[in-house]
Amino acid sequence: MKTLGEEEKKVATKLAELLKLLGLEDNRDIELEDVELTIGEIILDPSALTSATLKAITPPKMKAVPPLAPTKAKPTTILEAPFTPFVQEYPGKIREVTLGATKSEGGSRGKPVVIGGATTPAFYLFEKTPPNPPVISVDVFDMKVTLPKAIRMQVEDVWEDTAAWAKRAVDKWGAKVLTLHLLSTDPLIKDTSPAEAMKTVEEVLQAVDVPLIIGGCGDPKKDAAVFTKIAEMAEGERVLLSSVTLDMDEAGVLEGVAKAAAKHGHLILGFTALDLNRAKELNRKLCDYIPEGDILMDLTTAALGYGLEYSFTIHERARIAALMGDTELQHPVLSGTTNAWAAREAWMNLGPEWEPRSLRGPLWETVTALSLLLAGVDLFMMMHPDAIRTMKKVTQQLMTRGKAKPEKIANWANAKI
Amino acid sequence: MNVTEREVKRGVKQLSPIDVYMLLPRTNCKECGEANCMAFAAKLVNREVSLEQCPPILKKEHEKTYKKLQDILAPVIKEVTIGTGEHAVKIGGKLVMYRHEFTYHNPAPIAFDVTDEMPLHARFPGEEAIIDRVKKVENFLYNYIGRDLKLDMIAVRSTSNDPTTFRSAVDEVTKTTDLPLILCTFDPSVMEAGLIAASGRKPLIYAATKDNWKEMADLALMYGCPLTIFAPNDLDLLRSLSKTIIEYGVKELVLDPGTFPDEGVSDTINNFTMVRRNACKGGDELLGFPLIGTPITAWFGEKDSKEMLAWKEAYITSMLVSRYADILIMRSLDGWVQLPNVIWRFNIYTDPRKPVSVDAQLYAFGKPDEMSPVFLTTNYALTYFTVESDLKKFGGNYYLIVADTEGISVESAVAGRYLTAETIAEAVKNSGVAEKVKHKYLIIPGMAARLSGETEDELKNVSLAGWRVIVGPRDSSGIAKLLKEKWPPKEGEEE
Repeated sequence: MKTLGEEEKKVATKLAELLKLLGLEDNRDIELEDVELTIGEIILDPSALTSATLKAITPPKMKAVPPLAPTKAKPTTILEAPFTPFVQEYPGKIREVTLGATKSEGGSRGKPVVIGGATTPAFYLFEKTPPNPPVISVDVFDMKVTLPKAIRMQVEDVWEDTAAWAKRAVDKWGAKVLTLHLLSTDPLIKDTSPAEAMKTVEEVLQAVDVPLIIGGCGDPKKDAAVFTKIAEMAEGERVLLSSVTLDMDEAGVLEGVAKAAAKHGHLILGFTALDLNRAKELNRKLCDYIPEGDILMDLTTAALGYGLEYSFTIHERARIAALMGDTELQHPVLSGTTNAWAAREAWMNLGPEWEPRSLRGPLWETVTALSLLLAGVDLFMMMHPDAIRTMKKVTQQLMTRGKAKPEKIANWANAKI
Repeated sequence: MNVTEREVKRGVKQLSPIDVYMLLPRTNCKECGEANCMAFAAKLVNREVSLEQCPPILKKEHEKTYKKLQDILAPVIKEVTIGTGEHAVKIGGKLVMYRHEFTYHNPAPIAFDVTDEMPLHARFPGEEAIIDRVKKVENFLYNYIGRDLKLDMIAVRSTSNDPTTFRSAVDEVTKTTDLPLILCTFDPSVMEAGLIAASGRKPLIYAATKDNWKEMADLALMYGCPLTIFAPNDLDLLRSLSKTIIEYGVKELVLDPGTFPDEGVSDTINNFTMVRRNACKGGDELLGFPLIGTPITAWFGEKDSKEMLAWKEAYITSMLVSRYADILIMRSLDGWVQLPNVIWRFNIYTDPRKPVSVDAQLYAFGKPDEMSPVFLTTNYALTYFTVESDLKKFGGNYYLIVADTEGISVESAVAGRYLTAETIAEAVKNSGVAEKVKHKYLIIPGMAARLSGETEDELKNVSLAGWRVIVGPRDSSGIAKLLKEKWPPKEGEEE
């Protein structure tokens, strides 16, 4: 930010007076931004622009399109006006993080998975192809849980055998990462002990060789105890502990978990509820105990119809801020996309005109996922095989440009279906 | 120095209340209803009022500044009107690229196709027919958080490529519905037949291509209709045609870089993004027009079952709603295809700064008395309206305490600690419900079950000793069942 010149000081004083007139002088947020807008003449430094950018920028005060002058002849051939994409340089970059570790790396996973590394907004292939495609982790629970029918049908024969459920997700649905939700550890559910939870994790680690995300129950103290135990047992596996919160910090248990994760070579997911300032605060705290490259963020996924637009916008904001250089937001982000099923429209009987639910439900999860995919999410926790299949396919398609076949749709307006 | 999004935005389209204020008459006459001109300027910048609400600016002596203000307030994506009178629909009018920069204006209308070779009515079950489809579009309705979500337009396509056939189909459609129209054919003589049938309706012409642009531009001028430019996966052509047709005299344009299903999804999303970005961040006025998405092309892609094609069309639509389509053409009218999209469209066009919330207070349903059940929920609008509509549906008399969770739903509020035993106890106390009922039972949402024990303790702390918590259903549709089984509660039976 440059220092204020005399001229600008005058404007600033004038503005302050005006704001006072409005009784707005105490209102910081919006008005300060306006002050900045008014006095901050922006000078684009040409040396920082690529030649392509320069070509693409039209002067701000471009001449308005002249109204049709009767004297002027209408064009008879197409006037050439080639397109040059407006591209940008971003000072920041999302950190690259590896989930899981192979034998030689100190773990026992078959194929570790790399996420993050983005240097542009999501799927801006005209600027750069993302180094790693977003990845889907499939949800598995350590007990029988309330599930919508569309999902239950897929798992009810294995839902009391966690290892079998895990194998189903990997062998049948092709999961590259699994999330094992230790729901039974909830003091209000079964209050399973950390030792028992550890055993379940051990079984799953043996049953499958994909990287694991370990999901807690949401109780700060219990999660801390469970995570610490598992971190020790799964030494070197690079599991992702999902999740730690500022509540854990308040309860005085954050440090212990984060240190255990760092000591035994794991990753940590910081969860905050739709609040970037809190997300940054949590990341700062975590950085005291664990390398910044081992931290992921969960900014909250609200279901479609239940606030997805807030999630969408906070993810877009976070990603752009990170690319613009905010180091506290340069962590890969995870979405608990299964939350989509919290919307009643995903599972409820709404009458025959909205059937079948066997399509409506998974589509609900798919749309929730795709919206956040375009907002920059790197890792998705998902549940329904049809939603997962579509996400995988679209993600793969989004990774390469230049495959559109114009002839396929060139005559669509006149074509019969 | 790096060029950040923010700086580019300012360079291209910077606008502050001061800029606007300086051009206003500055009489502080209050005729607009605001306290002074600065307040009016602030609202103008926020698009909460229109310039024409300032009577002095419309006077002859301010003609020049009025024009200038119109210019600086013009959205970066031009607003185009399809249809006339009360049935007109406005598309585009976007001020920004990203939703967090400013509210998106003009929710993208969704048009559904009929073809000129469809019968008027189905002759056998499942046959697609013009009037049946039009009626289905008109009758679509879903009530979402107290708002009616609807479908918007009809796109008439000519598969016959015959002017007479097209004219008669358009004629039938205009007789059947007042919904705004899109006429789709690449043949100018067929298009003209349709335009004659739709005269006075100002349909959107779809579309000018590199081959027919001159004839289509003539038709747009002659019939006073907005014109779509179709340049599939060719942005050089799209921009060149835009320049050409603008010079030709057509002012209202809509751009179609092509919606490609299957392997073309990446190009589709990249093209839409590039066009929108050049307009918003690069100030390219040739591309500052609404974008049309045509997910209907999913039906012309790989062969598959009807269900799978509708599925594909549904998810491509949702991606285009997120990535800059200002208007869409679809085929499937199935409820399961439309529901996620009309909701997502509604959501993404809301004001990003404003939580969708209701006032946190005590609400009464029916005529509650001292033995009526007391429910508690959060102040997220959707949560509230969902519970409200269920309570109304069941009939009966209830109290509903709405706790302030900063507009976040129950599940997220519990996870994010916006809804805790403390905040529940506080909400119950502040509601004053304890003075209105004789019993001491609070029914909390099933999603907040984990808080039940703690809540009873906290209620004691706010001098509501003896209050017990009953865990309600996870979804408010289960309230009727809960009441049947558990109300009035018998001693020792509460959870």
